[in-house]
Amino acid sequence: MNPTTRLATVASQPERVGLGVMLALALGAVALGAKWVSGPGAAVVAALMLAAVIGLIWVAFVGGLETRRALAPYGLLKPGVLWLSLFFLAPLWSMVVMSLSSKQSRFDFFPSFSWEWDNYRTALTDFRPQFLRSFGYAAIATLLTILIGFPLAYVIAFRGGKYRNILLGLVVVPFFTSYLIRTLAWGNILADEGPVVSIFDNLGLTGVLESLNIMDNGKLLNTPAAVIGGLTYNFLPFMVLPIYVSLEKIDPRLVDAAMDLYSSASAAFRKIVVPLALPGIFAGSLLVFIPAAGDFVNAQFLGNPQTTMIGNSIQDQFLRQLNYPVASAMSFVLMFIITVAVLVYTKFMGTEDLA
Amino acid sequence: MGGAAPPAGGDVIRLDQVRKQYGSFVAVDNADFSIGRGEFFAMLGPSGCGKTTTLKMIAGFEQPTSGRVLLEGVDVSAVPPYKRNVNTVFQQYALFPHMTVADNIAFGPRSKKIADAEIKKRVGDMLDVVRLSEFANRRPAQLSGGQQQRVALARALVNYPSALLLDEPLAALDLKLREAMQIELKRIQREVEITFVFVTHDQGEALTMSDRIAVMSQGVVEQIGSATDIYKRPQSLFVAGFIGSANLLPAVVVQGDSAGAAFDFWGGGRITVKSDHVNAAVALTAGEQVTVMLRPEHLHVTGTQPAGESLAATVTDIVFQGASVRIVARLANGTEVTAVVAGDADLPFLRPDSSVWLSWNPDAPYVLDGWPSVAGATTTNVDSIEASL
Repeated sequence: MNPTTRLATVASQPERVGLGVMLALALGAVALGAKWVSGPGAAVVAALMLAAVIGLIWVAFVGGLETRRALAPYGLLKPGVLWLSLFFLAPLWSMVVMSLSSKQSRFDFFPSFSWEWDNYRTALTDFRPQFLRSFGYAAIATLLTILIGFPLAYVIAFRGGKYRNILLGLVVVPFFTSYLIRTLAWGNILADEGPVVSIFDNLGLTGVLESLNIMDNGKLLNTPAAVIGGLTYNFLPFMVLPIYVSLEKIDPRLVDAAMDLYSSASAAFRKIVVPLALPGIFAGSLLVFIPAAGDFVNAQFLGNPQTTMIGNSIQDQFLRQLNYPVASAMSFVLMFIITVAVLVYTKFMGTEDLA
Repeated sequence: MGGAAPPAGGDVIRLDQVRKQYGSFVAVDNADFSIGRGEFFAMLGPSGCGKTTTLKMIAGFEQPTSGRVLLEGVDVSAVPPYKRNVNTVFQQYALFPHMTVADNIAFGPRSKKIADAEIKKRVGDMLDVVRLSEFANRRPAQLSGGQQQRVALARALVNYPSALLLDEPLAALDLKLREAMQIELKRIQREVEITFVFVTHDQGEALTMSDRIAVMSQGVVEQIGSATDIYKRPQSLFVAGFIGSANLLPAVVVQGDSAGAAFDFWGGGRITVKSDHVNAAVALTAGEQVTVMLRPEHLHVTGTQPAGESLAATVTDIVFQGASVRIVARLANGTEVTAVVAGDADLPFLRPDSSVWLSWNPDAPYVLDGWPSVAGATTTNVDSIEASL
């Protein structure tokens, strides 16, 4: 077969060409980003990637309308795939390598790959309290955002009327300020001389709140409650918006129908509104729980040394102890636990047949 | 309102001078009628006439501003919907999307805490009645419009309500399916022997299915009666124009007594009518303004002047409609009338602009009090048709 016929055969299977080139480009990007190749090798890989793109353009050019239509989806996927390969997959690979590396002698500046599984043991044993605390705080914060967010979304969806969009806008307004600044502001609000503590003092609630472990020695700031409160506040919109979306789709006549079929208003709410809002609660829970579990800002500014979350520990290992291998191992453990938790949650709460 | 009495067996629903007001807007004014056991009762009228509001007051979703709603003789005006033994089939069915067909149907009995075995039996029976047994485990989204409609029906009927309320139940279906469902609904109603109260703006639906029809307009019940009653003896100009198509011809009384009456058409021509074809509201004093209603299918079209009473007209349009031919003709005074004749009639003289004579059988016309807002055929004036929808 001469080269021209061979190219023509390839061009007659444009889907395979598109997919193949896309995967090759992704692999090349990871190879460059994770430094599998360097120096002249990297130049060769880059040149091959460029050649693949040019080849693909040529195939599209000679292939006619059908071919171009078949190639279009892969063409549209390519920028995203390249971006994520270079800036997500490649660093992830580097972290896998790092999490199994160690310094071979104390004169080594960089750790080197050595199948060092001990890093994972360290991550799981030394930082067990931080892991447990993170998932505990994130779970409580998720529950609180449901309890606060559901009624809010319900009122906007069913009673918002013409103010619906304004109310939704107000839910999102806090995002106009930086996350960090809002958390720092919470520090001021909860401070010992701040308005919240003084109101509790004046109402004589301090004792009650202390017995509930919400306040500690007359302080609200630097307590677990403050950290959970901060998480709840910061992630609340991520719960409100998905719940709103699923509530808004509910035909109010379904509630009428339930009441017509001998259900009281509260029974109709329980049997109709809540089940139909489950997809929103589910999506919101993921959007809140995952970032909350990995958060370090709230614990840093609203907590105390006894409320450190795993995010803080990872940050500390990476930036202060410069213990990259253990920090990487901790990150992977976090990712793994969250993935498993989400899969389990999806298994029990999954509502794909409603979508 | 000389409506026919409800059939024997007693009243299931009674509206006692019911009035519903939203602010200063009167949605329903002095509705006062009864619906009998096992009756198929329709409330018919253009949108905004108050028929749906009346239905919601029976269901319990709205409370009357004044007056009483009685169910099986008990005043339920202030009773919430879930404590009333009536069930509704909603306009877009309002089936619960997260439940199977069987669970949808079992919803009412479960809320009533009926025993599981009994629920299972009832649901099975109901699925048979609506012929959906093999769809019990499907979700509503997996069903066609007509099937969803029948699930909605089964979900309501499984509770053995005192009355079933249907809010424009066929409006979402297309024409052929709608016609088939009309017959299906009637079959189901005969089978379960439950009172059906049916709201519609489609007169064809009401005429086809109902034992009695209440025609409503602007919150007022204009007339209650059987389909033939309402069609042949409308009690008001609104009913005459709204039900079927009609030629409403303004006229004045010449003279009249208990045997019959004579009227001069506005623009010339005379008509004599037997007294039982004159509405009771018409005062038979000379010069009184009346309207003569002539249905298009009652007009004969001839090329030469027939013996007896007739009107001269000029043909403006001839429309072949398959089973029938619709002829639009203009009277000497410019009023347009329509006549419908059999499609296979041999009418060689019929041509646009040809002169014809319109005549009628003596028992065809019906005379009503007052002049119509638009003279002539109700089917040729687009504005007045739109206003009535």
